[in-house]
Amino acid sequence: MTQLVLFNAFNGLIVGAFYALMALGLSLIINLTSVINFAHGGFLALGAYIAYMLIPHVGFWGALLIAPPITALLGLVVERVLIRHCYGRDPLYSLLLTFGLTYVFEDATRYTWGAQSLPFHVPDWLMSPLTPSLFFLTGYRLFMVVLVAIAVLGLFYVLNRTRLGMRIRAGTLDLEMVSVLGVNVRILRNLNFGLGIYLAGLAGVLAAGLLGLQPTIGDSLIMPSFVAIIVGGIGSLTGTLLGGLLIGVVSGITTIFFPSASEAIIYVMMALVLLVRPRGLLGEEGMKL
Amino acid sequence: MNRTSKGILLAILWLALLTMPYWMRAVGGYTELATRVLVLGLAAMSVNFLLGFTGVLSMGHAAYFGLGAYAVGMTIKYLVPSTGLGIVAAVVAGTLAGALIGALIVKLRGIYFAMVTIAFGQVFYFIAFRWRSVTGGDDGLTGWHRMPIDLGFTRLDILQNDKAYYYVVLAIFALAAGAMTLLLRSPFGRTLLAIRENETRARFLGIPIELHIWIAFVISCFFASLAGALYGLLNNFTDPRALHWTLSGNFVIMAVLGGMRSFWGPLVGAAIFVVLQDYVSSQTQNWMFFIGIFFVLIVLFFPRGVLGLFKGKTA
Repeated sequence: MTQLVLFNAFNGLIVGAFYALMALGLSLIINLTSVINFAHGGFLALGAYIAYMLIPHVGFWGALLIAPPITALLGLVVERVLIRHCYGRDPLYSLLLTFGLTYVFEDATRYTWGAQSLPFHVPDWLMSPLTPSLFFLTGYRLFMVVLVAIAVLGLFYVLNRTRLGMRIRAGTLDLEMVSVLGVNVRILRNLNFGLGIYLAGLAGVLAAGLLGLQPTIGDSLIMPSFVAIIVGGIGSLTGTLLGGLLIGVVSGITTIFFPSASEAIIYVMMALVLLVRPRGLLGEEGMKL
Repeated sequence: MNRTSKGILLAILWLALLTMPYWMRAVGGYTELATRVLVLGLAAMSVNFLLGFTGVLSMGHAAYFGLGAYAVGMTIKYLVPSTGLGIVAAVVAGTLAGALIGALIVKLRGIYFAMVTIAFGQVFYFIAFRWRSVTGGDDGLTGWHRMPIDLGFTRLDILQNDKAYYYVVLAIFALAAGAMTLLLRSPFGRTLLAIRENETRARFLGIPIELHIWIAFVISCFFASLAGALYGLLNNFTDPRALHWTLSGNFVIMAVLGGMRSFWGPLVGAAIFVVLQDYVSSQTQNWMFFIGIFFVLIVLFFPRGVLGLFKGKTA
């Protein structure tokens, strides 16, 4: 029983790490530009497929290194060509635009790579269990948790210690003031979007190794990411991270006792949080809702 | 636009709706398509009741729409084989769900309101998906169909005669549109407009904002579930796709495409969207791609919608 609980909690942690990685990217973009990027799941899928194309040439490790930046590059282009037209307008329009993009992405990936699931090769030594007693602890799963941790630490390092990060954080509070102080806001928003998409691409490569590759791979991750943001607290990246991990673990443990409710439980959690603390667990007081 | 020309346009609209099953064939359609325009038009109008007239964006209205479709099917399949009672059950279920969820979200605004409405919508999707023994799961709820309506003096065979069903839907649609007009012209409706225009000012005037938004949300869910019930009856079938968030997005794009500042805009948008989707999906398997491009084009080049064009700059 203990092992079962451990197994599911760990599984939940991994899923939660995906939610967190997705949600952090979404959160970054929302905080600076008030754009809900529905197409985030589409970018995730794109990252996974790009890695799939790269593996025969550069191997798994090369793909893991190169695919996320390529995805981020595509993100930069999409922001420049389409999304920037929505800044300063009713948020409705950016929602609809990125909503349309999810349709385009999903159909385009299906058209290019087919609807069926594709095999995604991860090095063999990563796939074997570490110890026989904890059979679920394959190297890949552990590796994923570690990698997500590194990515998150890297993100917080960028935000807190680099000039770009500080500008992003300042822009989140008052973009107009940042602009007046001589920062090129257009570039800032562009790079911020790219950073968010980089995280989506990374999540895509990792998810493909665990779940296999299909055009709808991002679909099942986007809604929980929204929940992670709401539960964790609007405007707080630490909250988003916590929210993602929390709903992952809770959903994992629910699988043991009430498997058919494992998806619905996270929405119940969201309802509870909204009831007790509408601004979310780590949401800042007075944050504009 | 003055009163007379408005009256003439309204007369033309109703004339077009009354004769739609007859001219639909001429433009390459069929009666079922005409009914679908009305049903999805009503759903888009319910979304626009919030979006265009209260100023809050619900991206999760497929939940109440789909709930209506499931409730009508389950009532007819498991409880009583009656179309009328099925619709009543659907509306009750959808309105209650809206009241419950509405109470949780009225404090949120803008993108967070949108985000939470869409996330809550997923609960119903997963219930329908997982509770296989009752809802049929992924395969959908089958084994039921709409029942003839007994009016006492006559019997409407809406099952065999699809034109008869169209006119039943049109009658219900007319009642719903009338009710919505009255609501929007009432002091309550005017207050909603005031909230849309300037929430802070409305709050300072002593208007209980949260209560008004909650009531508007519940009313909107009422109409959405009514539309959902009619949709379920139209197909004699319902599946989890009627609850999916992509459908919610389609409702919003219909409202925007037609013109969200005008009462009839969403119906016009629904007509264009339904006919276009029907056409594109008959031409290519990759219809989603083109619908997505369509979304992007509307946002970039056509944000005020078809009826917004006529209204000029004052809209």
